[in-house]
Amino acid sequence: MTKVTMTVNGKSVSGDVEGRTLLSSFLRDDQGLTGTHVGCDTSQCGACVVHVDGEAVKACTMLAAEADGATVDTIEGQANADGSLNVIQQAFQDHHGLQCGFCTPGMVMSAAALLKENPTPTETEVREYLEGNICRCTGYHNIVKAIMAASGQDVTAIAAE
Amino acid sequence: MPKDTGIGAATVRREDVRFLTGTGEYTDDITLAKQTYAVFARSTVAHGTIKSIDTSAAEAMPGVLAVFTGEDFAEVGGNPAGWLINSRDGEPMKEPKRPVLAHGKVRHVGDAYAAVIAETVQQARDAVEAIEADIEELDAIVDMNAALTGSNFVHDEIGTNQCFDWGWIEDNREATDNAIKNAHHVTTLELVNNRLVPNAMEPRASIGSYKASTGEYTLHTTSQNPHLTRLLISAFVLGIPENMLTVIAPDVGGGFGSKIYHYGEEALVLAAAKKIGRPVKWTADRTESFLTDAHGRDHVTKIELALDADGKFLAFRTDTKANVGAYLSNFSTATPTFLHGTLMAGNYTVPLVYVNVKAVFTNTAPVDAYRGAGRPEATYSIERVIDKAARELGMDPIELRRKNFVKPDQYPFASAAGLEYDAGNYDALMDKMEEIADVAGFAARRAESEKNGKLRGFGVNAYIEACGIAPSNLVGVLGSRVGLYDAATVRVNATGNLSVMVGAHSHGQGHETAFPQVVAEMLGVDPAVIDIVHGDTSKIPFGMGTYGSRSLAVCGSAVVRATEKIINKAKKIAGHMLEASEHDITLADGVFSVSGTDKSVTFGEVALKAYIPHEYPLEDIEPGLEETAFYDPANFTYPSGAYACEVEVDPETGKVTVDRMTAVDDFGNVINPMIVTGQVHGGLAQGIGQALVENTTYDENGQLLSASYMDYTMPRADDMPMFSVDHSQGTPCTHNPLGVKGCGEAGAIGSPPTVVNAVIDALQSGGKNVTHIDMPVSPARVWEAMQ
Repeated sequence: MTKVTMTVNGKSVSGDVEGRTLLSSFLRDDQGLTGTHVGCDTSQCGACVVHVDGEAVKACTMLAAEADGATVDTIEGQANADGSLNVIQQAFQDHHGLQCGFCTPGMVMSAAALLKENPTPTETEVREYLEGNICRCTGYHNIVKAIMAASGQDVTAIAAE
Repeated sequence: MPKDTGIGAATVRREDVRFLTGTGEYTDDITLAKQTYAVFARSTVAHGTIKSIDTSAAEAMPGVLAVFTGEDFAEVGGNPAGWLINSRDGEPMKEPKRPVLAHGKVRHVGDAYAAVIAETVQQARDAVEAIEADIEELDAIVDMNAALTGSNFVHDEIGTNQCFDWGWIEDNREATDNAIKNAHHVTTLELVNNRLVPNAMEPRASIGSYKASTGEYTLHTTSQNPHLTRLLISAFVLGIPENMLTVIAPDVGGGFGSKIYHYGEEALVLAAAKKIGRPVKWTADRTESFLTDAHGRDHVTKIELALDADGKFLAFRTDTKANVGAYLSNFSTATPTFLHGTLMAGNYTVPLVYVNVKAVFTNTAPVDAYRGAGRPEATYSIERVIDKAARELGMDPIELRRKNFVKPDQYPFASAAGLEYDAGNYDALMDKMEEIADVAGFAARRAESEKNGKLRGFGVNAYIEACGIAPSNLVGVLGSRVGLYDAATVRVNATGNLSVMVGAHSHGQGHETAFPQVVAEMLGVDPAVIDIVHGDTSKIPFGMGTYGSRSLAVCGSAVVRATEKIINKAKKIAGHMLEASEHDITLADGVFSVSGTDKSVTFGEVALKAYIPHEYPLEDIEPGLEETAFYDPANFTYPSGAYACEVEVDPETGKVTVDRMTAVDDFGNVINPMIVTGQVHGGLAQGIGQALVENTTYDENGQLLSASYMDYTMPRADDMPMFSVDHSQGTPCTHNPLGVKGCGEAGAIGSPPTVVNAVIDALQSGGKNVTHIDMPVSPARVWEAMQ
């Protein structure tokens, strides 16, 4: 067992992990942060995306030990300080960018990373950036629309309620 | 003006907040005190005889608490098929036992033959590796034709791989044959409806727990229908009395059919929890999901369409082989029959239909209902052969369809495939589609594509489906072993807020938002005071759950009926309070008034009176304000639509890009247009996925070659266009109180033939006489077809 310490959503946490423990398991099982979901075993689906030192990372593909000393942000830390939804989260609700909710934490975390590096992405850029996030419910239409709306772009011309 | 509340309002979803903040509670998020973990030993061969299983080394591994094999469940019941189909000769279908764990033989790769329970999932995983199973590999039965002619059987005890040979409508067989023999023109098409994996993003998971002091079991599980799961476990598999088993389906991350069914893992964790006296959790990994979730589609069909000289349809005849896999999953026998053959008249006045379906056992995962379930297969066959016929006859594909549509003055319309369509207007849908899809501008867009070296194709489709399943009396006659009503309890609490307990289960459909819109509209109260309770058999009335686009049409109707009972009782109470006859009381905007007077009481005051019944006519009215209704529909609902797709094909690579996708659907009245549109979007993506990229591939040894997201192509964001969706042309359902039709499956039903028709049109425009390419229409297949 190895002791790891990291800053998760602004709080310092530590735990003893096996060498094979994934960051996703550490967050879910040791820290009780079950908003980070595991939808595949091959780093394809993106439901487990978190930010490690500000970069979007698939938490199922990183060992907990590798995150020792890092700053980790998860979906649980994304809301505004007063508990209200942040701009991206609010846009997902306003534009019906989620249905079952399982891929949603990863989508929100990926969207945040995208908008950090590209504050006003085109539709094509959003779709390409989401290559590593699979959603089975929405057909992506409203996710793309929500992310563009969150970036401050006018999405009223994009079809549908 | 769009409404901002109640029926018809595009209300944003209240459930989103927990999903967006990571505070949803899915089964794998739940950790019970003293929880242990199950991992299954699964067959690596498709077909084999279990000679022996030595678990002794596994039992001695660190942390191992118990090991189970098929022997431990030899005496308990099998997991049954929910629908009895009789063959054309009257013989009942073959129904081999589906055990909790494989016993005697393994029948598909992934078939579980043992399970380890351990303190941690890693310990259980390690111990599974130590199980020594001597399994003698047998030849795998993968190809359906070989299965039907060979002497190697998936289930030796039934001596055949044919589950049934079903004819529909058998009395029409000869007349259909004659119509085809004598027709002016017959168009024939052989096609494959490719096998798909539903791929809900949340893998299946279950936690069994048992309280020895009371004998009560609890199962947390990823289910679309907790009462149905409880019924199957109680009545058929483990024999646990229903009142000793609570099934809880908490937040569920998508279903698409795959979570309707009871699976052996659910029975295992319950039995194991009792044996070791601690909760037992199992969570599938993604490859386990690919190997063991019920798959969808997998039909091989020959369809013939007979036409007269004017292009009027005279008959459809189909011959289908439907793969049911290694075991009969719960709805597997209904899907290729009554959910498929009964739709084989489409939107058309065709007088004769004959459908033959042979269901075939193979050494592959069970195949069952997946979004659309039988109806996409019917629509694909019909709408592809119509396009081919139009081309052969030199007719416009839209005009050929219009010529044969059921017209608005023909309802109720008895279809040649045995259903009674209650309402629709297919020409209006087609008109709207032509407008939104800008059919008039297609030629210019094609010219632009050609300038860029691309081929542009336009594809069209008209579909009808039967959903909101289903009238119990009708399905009973057709072989269903369950009723398909649903139920709701409306509980008005003393302080005027409401809890509505529903049998439907929401796993993405937004029930927590849409159902309150209905109740709020009826009572004139703020939807925010109405809470929806679902997914827990200890809290909700016995409902049949969510599948077959039934939540609103069936359970929503139960909600309406229960709310009507509330209103009736509340009027009695109000009448007493206002010293007036209940017949003179009217309800508007949450206020009960005496007609023609200024006397009134609010809904909240009536609720309080019901629970604090001072000065209350106890001899006439019971205290309390809580009502339950069960609703059994009189008919299916019949959504219909007109879809259009424009694709660009790169002739150099064969790559198909969907540029425009238009879906005009008739869902009758719409409660929440935002949610309905979202449902269509998701269905479109699954249908486009089927048409272009998704495929499930077994090799000749029964090894699943597409068992991960590395190998099975899921539609990604950049595979999809923005969609144009419209539901302004609704014709209300005539037999349910809201006038609603199901919307969940439509997109997946209407889109595959639309996309493929567009690809064929593109290739034809490039001078290639290609009339058919099987799905998925991959670059390799397109390129090959063009050579």
